[in-house]
Amino acid sequence: MRQLVILAVVFAFIAAAPAIITSEFTQNVIIMVLYAALLGQAWNILGGYGGQFSFGHAAYFGTGAYTVAVLQVQLGVNPWIGLVIGALFSMAVAAFIGFATFRYGLRGSYFALVTLAFAEVLRILSNSVGFTGAGVGILIPLAPGAANMQFETKTGFFFLIWVLTLSSFLVVWWIGHSRFGASLAAVRDNEDAARALGVNAFRVKMGAIMLSGLFSGLAGIFYAQYFLYLDPYIAYGPAISVESLLVPIIGGMGTLFGPLLGAAALHVVSEATRELIGDVPGISLALYGALLVVMVMFMPRGLAGLLARLGVRRRAASGEMPRA
Amino acid sequence: MLEVRELKAGYGAVEVLRGVDLDISKGEIVALLGSNGVGKTTFAGVLSGLVPAWSGSIVFNGASIAGLGAQAVVDRGLIHVPEGRHIFPNLTVRENLELGAYRRGKGSRSQNIDHVATVFPRLRERFAQKAGTLSGGEQQMLAIGRGMMAEPELLILDEPSIGLSPLLVEEMFDLIAKLKAEGLTILLVEQNVLQSMEIADRAFVMENGHIRLSGKPSVLMDDPDLQRAYLGLA
Repeated sequence: MRQLVILAVVFAFIAAAPAIITSEFTQNVIIMVLYAALLGQAWNILGGYGGQFSFGHAAYFGTGAYTVAVLQVQLGVNPWIGLVIGALFSMAVAAFIGFATFRYGLRGSYFALVTLAFAEVLRILSNSVGFTGAGVGILIPLAPGAANMQFETKTGFFFLIWVLTLSSFLVVWWIGHSRFGASLAAVRDNEDAARALGVNAFRVKMGAIMLSGLFSGLAGIFYAQYFLYLDPYIAYGPAISVESLLVPIIGGMGTLFGPLLGAAALHVVSEATRELIGDVPGISLALYGALLVVMVMFMPRGLAGLLARLGVRRRAASGEMPRA
Repeated sequence: MLEVRELKAGYGAVEVLRGVDLDISKGEIVALLGSNGVGKTTFAGVLSGLVPAWSGSIVFNGASIAGLGAQAVVDRGLIHVPEGRHIFPNLTVRENLELGAYRRGKGSRSQNIDHVATVFPRLRERFAQKAGTLSGGEQQMLAIGRGMMAEPELLILDEPSIGLSPLLVEEMFDLIAKLKAEGLTILLVEQNVLQSMEIADRAFVMENGHIRLSGKPSVLMDDPDLQRAYLGLA
């Protein structure tokens, strides 16, 4: 319950941001932090809570993004309806990949490589077929208005991503307090022992990958509506998969607030680098790589782990608990 | 309670169990003995539905369970505590125990936890602690306690004494005897012949995927083959 109260306070505080911050640049940074937190939380469900390290979350992100874009441009479907269909398609792709991998017991690096391969196959397919705009990409026509999920000010987009991100955090809070979450943690820690207790590991992992795919797809849908342009490299490229896993690794895998901490840290570092070095192509990926190495070496439990450790030390120092 | 006939199983093309016959009556401790690689753990896995049987029959409480998945076997009350402890290191002791009652109702969970804590008082002191921080002996107690949470009719303990210090091994066998006194039926899969024989009602000795010897411990201990192969005597 304590976590839920903190979650409510944090998101209420974030919700007040547009009323206080009028700078469009800062509002954009907050929107992108929430978007990255959604992307990271999606990965966290499967990777952090389920222990299944995916290198191919772009498969779900891109499917959501392309679904909403193609439905609008080719068939004139309203993006709000596209959002529902896109989210379902992303879940379906996740279910397919989950079935193909978990059914045959792929784990660890084999699972990671196969997910990467699926994302790459989708990237090549979207580069080859006509209805996605192939290599040229797909441009969503500008039609400002809430009915078209295109808002005239940043505030509209802010509240859209706020709702999507909050919903992912609420689902993860539920996972942490449910029978499903307990069985997911058991499968992560020791799949064979979990099976011996009667946990259906396949079904649990399928549930996790589908939820993960759903939120990754929602992030893709938001991206498409926010930037109004997609190409195969943006939608299904490795950069999205890397960002998806980097956010929770930096913030703290398998923790509720890790993705928010990771997203904030990543964007602060990213903006600071841009200020200092300029917009050098590829610099962000190089920076992400360096950050990943540093985190894995010195802070394997991420920022959330660091905060927890500081909290324990503070309580120990104030005499609230005995020193370990 | 359990009747196994002509059970065959393996991995890929390799046949590990080559026609195993074994039976257990209610309230017994039956020891399944044998050296490394003879098929004891595979046999435990087949009984609990983790490893598929190739052929043969497994009848538990009058119903066939051969070919059933692990969930269905757990539902019938046959609980397997796998070799090597296999606790969930990142979950607390209480969470580990609660997962033991995964297929049981919420109501029985707290009741079962109280019972397990009575049998293993040391676990009660560690309820809020991460299971990965427990000592080897405590982890083994937790693994057995977690198995008990599932309200077993038959508990399969696979090598519960492996990796424990001699004193803890002693304590572990005392605990198993205590579980029997509570009316639990136990299949004890072990390499530790002497101590298993002390608490078992009957024993089976496995060799190359089939049962080589079986009978009461007092009779088996006099068998020259067993003495030569497992006790280094004769």
